[in-house]
Amino acid sequence: MANITIDRKQFEKEIGKLDEKMQNRIAMFGTPLDKFDNETMDIEVFPNRPDLLSYHGFKRSFLSFIGKQKGLKEYKVNKPEKNYEVTIDSSVKNIRPYTACAIVKGLKFDDDKIKEIIDVQEKLHFTVGRKRKKLAIGIYPLEKIKLPITFKALEPDKIKFVPLETDREMSGLQILQRHPTGREYAHLLAGKSKFPIFVDADNNILSMPPIINSKNTGKITETTTDVFVECSGFDFPILQKCLNMVVTILADMGGKIYSMELKEGGKKKITPDLNSEKMKLNISNTNSLLGLDLNEKQIKELIEKMGHNYNKGVVEIAQWRTDMLHEVDLIEDVAIAYGYENFIPEIPSVATVGKEEEKEIIKRKIAEILAGLNILETSNYHLTTKQDQFKKMSVQEEGIIEVEASKTDYTILRKDLSHYIMKNLSENVDSEYPQKIFEVGRVFNNYKETENLALAVTPSNFTEVRQILEYLSRMLNVEIKIAEPKDKIPNWFIEGRCAEIILSDVETENKKSTSAGAGGRGPSNEKLIGYLGEIHPKILKNWKIKMPVSLFEINLEETFRKLN
Amino acid sequence: MDEKLIESLSPNERKILPYLKENINEISRQSKLDRTSVLRALEYLENKKIIVLSRERKKIVELGVNGSLYHKKGLPERRLLNLLNEKRILRLDEAQKQSALSDEEFKASIGALKKKALIEIKNEKLVLTGSGEEISRKTLEELFLELLPMEYHLLSPEQLYSLKSLEKRKDIIFIREEELIDISITKLGEEVIKSGKGTGELIEAVTSKLLEKESAWKGKKFRRYDVTSPLPSVNGGKRHFVNQATDYARKVWTEMGFQEMSGNIIQSSFWNFDALFTAQDHPVREMQDTFFINKKVELPDKKLVKAVKESHEKGNDGSKGWGYEWNEEEAKRLVLRTHTTCVSANTLANLDKKNIPAKFFAIGKCFRNETVDWSHGFEFNQTEGIVIGKNLNFRHLLGYLQEFFKKMGFEKVRFRPSYFPYTEPSVEIDVWHPEKKIWFELGGAGIFRPEVTIPLLGENMTVLAWGPGFDRMIMDYYEIKDLRNMYKNDLSQLRKMKFWMK
Repeated sequence: MANITIDRKQFEKEIGKLDEKMQNRIAMFGTPLDKFDNETMDIEVFPNRPDLLSYHGFKRSFLSFIGKQKGLKEYKVNKPEKNYEVTIDSSVKNIRPYTACAIVKGLKFDDDKIKEIIDVQEKLHFTVGRKRKKLAIGIYPLEKIKLPITFKALEPDKIKFVPLETDREMSGLQILQRHPTGREYAHLLAGKSKFPIFVDADNNILSMPPIINSKNTGKITETTTDVFVECSGFDFPILQKCLNMVVTILADMGGKIYSMELKEGGKKKITPDLNSEKMKLNISNTNSLLGLDLNEKQIKELIEKMGHNYNKGVVEIAQWRTDMLHEVDLIEDVAIAYGYENFIPEIPSVATVGKEEEKEIIKRKIAEILAGLNILETSNYHLTTKQDQFKKMSVQEEGIIEVEASKTDYTILRKDLSHYIMKNLSENVDSEYPQKIFEVGRVFNNYKETENLALAVTPSNFTEVRQILEYLSRMLNVEIKIAEPKDKIPNWFIEGRCAEIILSDVETENKKSTSAGAGGRGPSNEKLIGYLGEIHPKILKNWKIKMPVSLFEINLEETFRKLN
Repeated sequence: MDEKLIESLSPNERKILPYLKENINEISRQSKLDRTSVLRALEYLENKKIIVLSRERKKIVELGVNGSLYHKKGLPERRLLNLLNEKRILRLDEAQKQSALSDEEFKASIGALKKKALIEIKNEKLVLTGSGEEISRKTLEELFLELLPMEYHLLSPEQLYSLKSLEKRKDIIFIREEELIDISITKLGEEVIKSGKGTGELIEAVTSKLLEKESAWKGKKFRRYDVTSPLPSVNGGKRHFVNQATDYARKVWTEMGFQEMSGNIIQSSFWNFDALFTAQDHPVREMQDTFFINKKVELPDKKLVKAVKESHEKGNDGSKGWGYEWNEEEAKRLVLRTHTTCVSANTLANLDKKNIPAKFFAIGKCFRNETVDWSHGFEFNQTEGIVIGKNLNFRHLLGYLQEFFKKMGFEKVRFRPSYFPYTEPSVEIDVWHPEKKIWFELGGAGIFRPEVTIPLLGENMTVLAWGPGFDRMIMDYYEIKDLRNMYKNDLSQLRKMKFWMK
């Protein structure tokens, strides 16, 4: 998400008064007005419209939208003059293979314009450029450069120049190690045997993309009139689009665009290419997708409001638009020009039968049954901390599903609800007792997700919680068995006051089998679904709870299957 | 006089009613109630305007532990004086021995008697010097002690003098603070007492014993309750308020003919991003924004994977695609779903064409790698919907959304252009908050792009889709200002929380 800040006075002078109607127009153009005051206004630009990331780019499109301009804005691209050439050396091939370049002349810079240019450059780096990974833009004062230019790659220690914001000559490697910008973007060149550079005819280094420009040749000032612009990176079509965005902004500021000849091996290319791109737009597709009944004349008008030209089913799209992949993108432009507020919402007659997930119905029934016993439902995060999941329950860390680079202590997916229920009781020691709580929710084990139910009462004993469980099972009409534990019980219960909860009549894969289950746990149509018991004082101590707690947790998946 | 008032008197109030002219100790004695019960009954009578209580804090001068003892045996100086009155002259050690006084008492006694010029000390001997009359007269201190207990503010100057001198000695005097309650009977009270009805029998509680015999209650009156008096509150069990709200949304969707879909929280990047035409270098696919799990899974059937790869790389149905080399390994990375739209993608891929038209919804938790503050959290609820069918259009999308938000309580809905990689046209939904008078943003919607629908459905079919966030609506309904309070599980808060009344 990127915002641009516009000078309000300039906006009101060149576009119109920022009244309520204008604020609404800005939102309905798809660029919400984030905030504004008497001096400035902040506009949000969605990632599909990087061409709006500068005042001049925004103004160009928005003037069409509000009807003060019409159709595709044409820019004259002058032919290359002598030495308007960039040689692309084969050494960049595996390092930073592409560049698109141009020259803009006759500029009159002032503070605001320089700021706008630097600003849009940074915003393009950040958005389309994916933090300079995909592309970087350089703008240089032509008076300091001797044409033609070469784009090549050199060993880092052979690269020597004074980078911006310093007074010292540094090698390529030193820049990555010591220069603040170098350090920030070092990862983009790390591990490469050669670094890319632009050099002029006198072998002066202009820049080392995507890191930094030279102090001597890479900084525009108020006296600069002519500039050399390059985009370098990995995706040539996108480089061209970005170059177009920059040169058209410079042209809107009063500059004249000149193309350059790019020589690579034996091949030649000319950039920039500002010839419009053509895409078909079908009237009936448009009307059927939007639910409108527009004729060709209306569609032409709407398309022109979005800064395109329309001619007999073909749209000429500006070469700075990056968001036109398919006809539907043009149809959306028609919709925006038509005005989202002008569409009349309508519910179609699509006859279908509504249906809830069975699981959700059962979960709701369980909650209702328990609420009838005066028990409160809690709702906890799915992510939890190792401290709560393991340490406070006095169990070994195992079966962890951890998320990468979490910004909080919540780094693992919860394996059970019991520890969260204990946490809830622990955080409510100042609330009125007795406390009766339950949660129905998802837990994560071995990358499998299951719905569990956990319930705790405090102060209470084994009997009370067992009564609740047995009431629930009777109300659900799902038979359970309370059994003496056969294996090790969860560490948080008191030995001798903990029972296994067993679901009988579980449909097994092999129905004929009557032999003992794999774990030797009775008939194979029985399944252990959880434990019930009194919490051991050592666990209560960990949680700073000074009341006896009894708790059960069961896996609900088999119950869902039985009730289905 | 109000009969109802008399019938509302509790048994204790009735018991003390005849003795209201007495002081509290006397009331307690006569009514055989303890002091606390008497005080409570007096308060009730005051509430009923039968009496007026005036409270005053007073200091009461009482005998201390030694004081009570001396009250019986006489003050030490009196005992010494009596001894001397017999013996006239005694050696100091003899005098102490025979008077059986402690060192402290003995010293204090000598001091007191010398001060009154009743004795002298000559050559280690005590000599009686006072006259017979002087000796037999009670001292001021003795007179004072006999009068105790007394109210401090009523003491005369001589008594105050005695108090000061006795206070210096151990535990003779004890000053207690007491709240004195003065009862004055109101005009209404006089009438009630005079009527004599206030002490008649009323049935207090309906007990099973009472019900045994009809004669026990027939024709009798029941003591009236003060039905308006404040009481401690009770609390009940209930669903968590977030679940109440999601259940309501579930009801709204099913009433509109939508079928519920569900899915895992752990998803492959394939379903969460790739199947939704989100380019592999899109910023949302960085660890900065999304929770990744360091594990990969196998992708679904090859045909679908190939179609998704194709739509990313070179597009389909005339689309240009994103124009990059799609990496299958990247699609295998596990994530915590960032939106429920991955559930929609999965539903479309498994949809039996015979069941079209179809409408589905989902409500579920989604995740993003965020720090936690009042407006941010790493988990949030989303409600998802898709409509698949022929002849569907943009106005229908807006129609469903408007209806849903109306049912959620937002009469005014605004749609404005937005952007999502998987929809075109894309919509941002704002609802008007009538009290705050602002539009607030609830989330996105749109029509799935052909780059999404063609791989999933095998053809370009219109699919209306939306996935607005749900938490802001819940927060607004319950007037929760801080997002962290949604899952704080503060039991006091949960007990107070009102039901979702929709």
